[in-house]
Amino acid sequence: MAELDTSGGGKKGGGKVRSKKASTRVDLTAMVDLAFLLITFFILTTTLQKPKAMDLTMPDKDEKNDQLPVPATRTMTVLLGTNNKIEWFMGQPGNPLTAPSVTGFGKNGIRQSLLDKGKEVLAKSGRPMIVLIKPSDKSTYSDMVSMMDELNIVGNQQRAIVDITPVEVDLLKRDGIYN
Amino acid sequence: MSRAKVQRKSTAIDMTAMCDVAFLLLTFFILSAKPKVEDPIHADIPASTTIAALPEVDFAQLLVAQGKVIFSVEGADVRLETLKGMADQYKINFTPDELKAFQNLDNVSVSIGVLKQYLNMTNQERAGVAKTGVPVDTTDNNELYWWVKNARKADKLVHSKELKIAIKGDSKEEYPTIAKIIKTLQKQKVNKFGLITSLKTATK
Repeated sequence: MAELDTSGGGKKGGGKVRSKKASTRVDLTAMVDLAFLLITFFILTTTLQKPKAMDLTMPDKDEKNDQLPVPATRTMTVLLGTNNKIEWFMGQPGNPLTAPSVTGFGKNGIRQSLLDKGKEVLAKSGRPMIVLIKPSDKSTYSDMVSMMDELNIVGNQQRAIVDITPVEVDLLKRDGIYN
Repeated sequence: MSRAKVQRKSTAIDMTAMCDVAFLLLTFFILSAKPKVEDPIHADIPASTTIAALPEVDFAQLLVAQGKVIFSVEGADVRLETLKGMADQYKINFTPDELKAFQNLDNVSVSIGVLKQYLNMTNQERAGVAKTGVPVDTTDNNELYWWVKNARKADKLVHSKELKIAIKGDSKEEYPTIAKIIKTLQKQKVNKFGLITSLKTATK
């Protein structure tokens, strides 16, 4: 019919015509290559895309009675201004124990102050320093995250995000990081 | 003395087992991969050194960018209950088709007033709709408050777990917008939530 006898040569005429047995083995090399390529692709795309979540705990607003007085000597206030600039001082805004100083984030910025003052407070009172973060209306979300991150890096647990007061806004204005 | 003849072996290796393993792993990675949901508004998330991963279930996300808030919650079953709760709250009747459409909706990017209309659109039409975000203000009765509240109720009902809430904010977002959202969450005593960040290595 429409089939061709492809079995080459052979004895012509007489005897049985044997069809040639093809090997059942397939070369899988190319297939494995492809499979591993895809695996690599999927591994890279799945793990790199995972976002991380930083936990943020806000103080409970209703438990007014439980709030402990915050001793000014143990408190560091960090004001978040514009252009990723921050201003920090110890003590109360009206009567700071150290002169407010403007700095930035990172190793040479607030982190050194946090470490130094943290040690100082711990040595003096035997208890950890409390950090109050006061984001101004002009600060950005990334400033807040960076600040929380700095606290995570130095291992500070006593922190709170608090509303800024007009006195502190004036302080930021004076130092030119509120525009 | 005649040298011992080294028998030549074939260089072909049996690839079957290797192929099996490769495809098994491939199947695993394909199945575990989650399709990336495109955010309706782009948010450039800030980096931090946090390494805790986001939960995949019982999780709601508030995307904040350009002063707008976009709400989304994981799980079709939780979404369904959430919308039913919202329907009761705002006295809107959703048809079964609309409920189904909402189950497949990745996020809520419009006000509840136009949600019914939005659900009846095709995907192409939806793309043309202005994403106004979920209205949020400082009052007690803002829409975001009810979305979060109903999602929490829904999750409790469906999975009997506490819903975890995370804020995915744009780096350049001004703080007042974030403060407004935090206040809304705190009004329903959600004092613990996550901030979604990308990973950065600490410069120690």
